[in-house]
Amino acid sequence: MKRIVLILGLFATTVFGQASTNTILPIKSYSFNGIEVHSYDFKSFEGFLNKKDETTYVINFWATWCLPCVKELPYFEKLNQNYKDKKVKVLLVSLDMPKKIESNLIPFMLKKKLQAEVIHLDDPDANAWIEKVATNWSGSIPATVMYNATSRKFYERSFTYVELENELKTIIK
Amino acid sequence: MKTIKFLFGALLFVTLSAFTWNNFNAGYKVGDVATDFSLKNVDNKKVSLNDYKDAKGFIVVFTCNHCPYAIAYEDRIIALDKKYKALGYPVIAINPNNPAVQPKDSFDLMKERAKEKGFTFPYLFDEGQKIYPQYGATKTPHVYLLQKTKEGNIVKYIGAIDDNSNDETAVKTKYVENAVNSLLEGKEIEVKTTKAIGCSIKA
Repeated sequence: MKRIVLILGLFATTVFGQASTNTILPIKSYSFNGIEVHSYDFKSFEGFLNKKDETTYVINFWATWCLPCVKELPYFEKLNQNYKDKKVKVLLVSLDMPKKIESNLIPFMLKKKLQAEVIHLDDPDANAWIEKVATNWSGSIPATVMYNATSRKFYERSFTYVELENELKTIIK
Repeated sequence: MKTIKFLFGALLFVTLSAFTWNNFNAGYKVGDVATDFSLKNVDNKKVSLNDYKDAKGFIVVFTCNHCPYAIAYEDRIIALDKKYKALGYPVIAINPNNPAVQPKDSFDLMKERAKEKGFTFPYLFDEGQKIYPQYGATKTPHVYLLQKTKEGNIVKYIGAIDDNSNDETAVKTKYVENAVNSLLEGKEIEVKTTKAIGCSIKA
């Protein structure tokens, strides 16, 4: 009997322990000129794609070298500003090469004064994780996921601000 | 006037539908017959798959000058050509990008890059961006492995070159090599499609 209680206790600790820790741990952090960027492998990053709270997340996959991505970044920034009081959060996921974080990514963030949160995804075996983001993603960027507790959408395309806002409006209540 | 409006509306609908259809359903799947083409090489001569009478097939790679992923794979593409040309599977590289959108992918800069890197394979320009949509390439680099048969060039593998774009020394699985080796040995290809992050094609 004691043993069963002990096992149940362990089980409860494991299950509830996991549920209560909502922090996603990076594999590495970079800092340069006062800016810090956290880098995640896909296993840890996956938590950002599956948050179960009141917020609507707009997750944009981009890189500093990707022209159409850089072109649409201001629209994601504007969306983040305009909807910050409406439980909408924009997350910019950089796919820059790890060795370019300090030389390209952080200087770019400073130059453009990016306000939305920027994180870095570092997991070279893309074939293993692209379909976990969206089954219909071929792997080209820019690509964007929008989701909340009730709805999830994926886009492998570029946006104007109006297009982006219209898509957001289809999933926020 | 109402009729005109209606007709215009109908026309718009048809146009939009066709556009959507093209965007989401175009492109080859494994087993399809791939189209031949006649595209300008960096030596100004036209190249077609049909020119290669002795080839057993082709490693068609959509790639370009500017994309960091394409650049990261240049040496590996050269190595593929060196290894498999002699075995009947030469590399045919095609730049699908429109230089009006991405000036670094102009024909002149293709010539420069091919010379700098010493490309051992044709590097063709998809002028007018007509071939890549038929294949269904969405990004660079994007590989289509073709096997020549009496019915035409059959698509046998679509996807990435290997499983690590950042670091060649950390590669665990060489998808294209494994696929070509299987064809050479007359075996079934184990992994027929893969995905990788790449630069979207600029049309």
